[in-house]
Amino acid sequence: MLKYTIKRLLGTIPMLILISIVVFSLAKLMPGDSLSGEIDPLNTNPEYIEEMREKLGYNEPLPVQYFNWITGFVQGDFGKSTKYKTDVFDIIMEKVPNTLLLGVISLIITYILAFAMGMYSGRRPYTIGDNAIAGINYIMLAIPSFVAAVVAIYFFSFHLNWFPFGGSVDILIEKGSFEYYISKLHHVLLPALVLGAMGTASYTQFLRNDIIDNSRKDFVRTARAKGTPIRKIYNVHILRNSIIPLVTFLGFDFAALIGGAIITETIFTYPGIGMLFLDSVTSRDYPTLMALTMLLSFLTLAGNLIADLLYGVVDPRIRLD
Amino acid sequence: MSAKNTSITQTPILQVENLQTGFKIDGDFHNAVEGVSFEVKRKQIVGVVGESGCGKSVMSLSIMQLLPTGIGKIRGGEVKFEGKNISSLSDKKMNNIRGKDISMIFQEPMTSLNPVFTIGYQIEEVILNHEKISKKEARLRSVSLLKSVGIPRADKIVDEYPHQLSGGMRQRVMIAMAIACQPKLLIADEPTTALDVTVQAQILDLLKGIQEANDMAIILITHDLGVVAEICDEVLVMYAGKIVEKATVDELFNNPKHPYTDLLMKAIPRMDEDVEVLATIDGLVPSVMNMPEVGCRFANRCPSAMPECLTVTPKLGEVASHHETACLLYDESWPEGTKPYREGASMA
Repeated sequence: MLKYTIKRLLGTIPMLILISIVVFSLAKLMPGDSLSGEIDPLNTNPEYIEEMREKLGYNEPLPVQYFNWITGFVQGDFGKSTKYKTDVFDIIMEKVPNTLLLGVISLIITYILAFAMGMYSGRRPYTIGDNAIAGINYIMLAIPSFVAAVVAIYFFSFHLNWFPFGGSVDILIEKGSFEYYISKLHHVLLPALVLGAMGTASYTQFLRNDIIDNSRKDFVRTARAKGTPIRKIYNVHILRNSIIPLVTFLGFDFAALIGGAIITETIFTYPGIGMLFLDSVTSRDYPTLMALTMLLSFLTLAGNLIADLLYGVVDPRIRLD
Repeated sequence: MSAKNTSITQTPILQVENLQTGFKIDGDFHNAVEGVSFEVKRKQIVGVVGESGCGKSVMSLSIMQLLPTGIGKIRGGEVKFEGKNISSLSDKKMNNIRGKDISMIFQEPMTSLNPVFTIGYQIEEVILNHEKISKKEARLRSVSLLKSVGIPRADKIVDEYPHQLSGGMRQRVMIAMAIACQPKLLIADEPTTALDVTVQAQILDLLKGIQEANDMAIILITHDLGVVAEICDEVLVMYAGKIVEKATVDELFNNPKHPYTDLLMKAIPRMDEDVEVLATIDGLVPSVMNMPEVGCRFANRCPSAMPECLTVTPKLGEVASHHETACLLYDESWPEGTKPYREGASMA
C-alpha cells in the first residue's frame, strides 16, 4: 500500500509539469495581462507601461517567464495578487476554511439524502416511491445551480427569512466566539443545501442501480438460505458491496471540497475559493488564477489517488502493491 | 441399499404434495413445476435428476421459499416439514427454518459467498441467526466446522476472503455453513457440477460422511446419474416440471421403466463398451411458455410414443415395488376411465 502510494505520487509529477505548462500557456494566450487589468492602457503613458512591463518581466522570452513562475511556485511562492496586492498564498488560505466548511456540509447533506433515497429505491425498485424519488432526483439534477440558488434565496431568505442572503458570517461578531461559529453555520446552510441537493441525484441513482444489481446475486440467495432477515441482507450484505463503486465519486468530491463551487458561491456571495476564482478571472488577476488552477488540478489528481487507495480498503479483492 | 430399519415408518422429514410453482413471464404465470409429489424420510438421500430446465432447481427453491421475489411463486400444493405445512409460512417464520432445520448448498461456489466478508463472518452469521451464543463461541464453532469439512489451516482461513480460496474449498465452506446448525434436511443443488472431477468425488464423500454422522436427510439435485448411483437411496426423475419416474436407486438402474429414464441411462458413457457415438436424446425440453396442456410432455421426443400419448396425461402408477412411473406403456399410468381403447380393458 505504501509502495503503491509512493509510486502513484511520483507518477503525478510529470502530470503536474504538463498541467503547469498548459495553465501557463492558457494564461499567456488570454488577451491582456495583469498590468493591463490594473491600469487603463488607453490613458496611461506608454513609456510607463513599457517600463512596468520590463520591470515585471513581461518582455523576457516565454520559456524564461515560465521558468521564473514555476521555480517560485514549487517553493510555495505563488506570486503576488495584482488585485489584492498581497501574496496569493495568503489569499487562498484565507478562503479555504469557508470553502471547506461549505464542501463538507454539502457533502454530508448529499450523503444523507442519497443513502436514504438510494437504499429505499434499491430495495423497492419500480414502485411508486422509487419513481417519485427518481423524479425528484432528476428535477434536482436538471435545474441549473444559478436557478436553484436564486429560488432558494428568494424563498428561504427573502420570504421566510430563515437564512441570511449572503456572506459567510455576520459582521461585528467577535472572531472565535460561540456566536461566531453559529453564525458561520447559519450562513453556510443554505448554499450547502443547494449544493448538496444538486449532487444527490447521481449518488442516489447509482446506489439504487447497484443495490438492484447486487440483490440478484447468488450470495443474496445464500444469505437468505441461512435464515438472515431480508432487512439485514439489504443493509449489510448488499450495501457493503454497493458502496464499492461509490468510491469513484468520492474522488471527485475530494477535489470539490476545496475547489469550491463557482456559481453557488458567487450567487450567495460566499467568500470561498469558487468566488475567488471567478473574481480573479474578471479582474485578470493571473497569479491567483494560475495558482488556483494548479491547486484544482493537484486536488483532482489527489482525489483520484485517494479513491484508488480507498478501493483497496473497501474491497478485499483489490490489493494494492 | 442403506439400512432400512423401523425409522422408515415414522413421519417423513419432508412431504411435498402436488407442488405447483410458476413464474410470471410477460404478465402470465407459467408453471415450471407441475404437480410434484414426493417424500423424504429421515436419514434418506433422495436424488433428483433431469435435464437443465426440467424444474429441479425451482422445486428445491420452492421448498425453501427462495424463489426470486415478485417473479416466482408457489401456486398450489403443500410442502410439509415434519408434518407441518411450511409453504404458506411468512418470510419471518421461514427464516427460523432456513439454515437451521433445512439448509441448502448451491451449484456455484464461486459466486455463492459474499466477496466482501470473511469466511468466518459468513459461517458465524448462520450460527448467530439461530442460536444465542457469543461471537467468540461462534468463531470457535466456525473453526471446528471448517476443520470438519476438511479445510486445512482452518484457524487462518476464517479470516480470509472467498476470493482467496479455490472452488472446491469454497464449496466446503458452503457445506460447513449449511451444516453449522445441524439441520435435519440438506438440499444440495448440483453441489459438484462446477467442480473438477477429483474434487467432485471428495465433496460427495464429505456429504455422505456428514449425512451419516449427523443423521441428516439430503435432497441431491443433479444431472449426473453417476452421482446418483454413488450415494442416493431413492431417485426422482423429472422431465419438464413433472416427476416421470420414482424408484429406489437399485430398482431404477436395473429396471428403468420410463423411456426417458431409459434414454438417460443409455446416454451415460461406459468404459466397458466400445461405441462410436454416444447416445443422445433428440429434441429439447419444451419451454415453460408453451407446455402441452394434455398428454405426456415427453411424447414428441419419445421413441415409443403412441397416438394416445398426445391426448391422455399419464399419472404416476406403481409398476413394481418401490417403483412408480408415469408412462402410458404401463397400465398403471392410465388415469381412471381413460383407457377404453385397449383390448381386454373393459371399463363399464
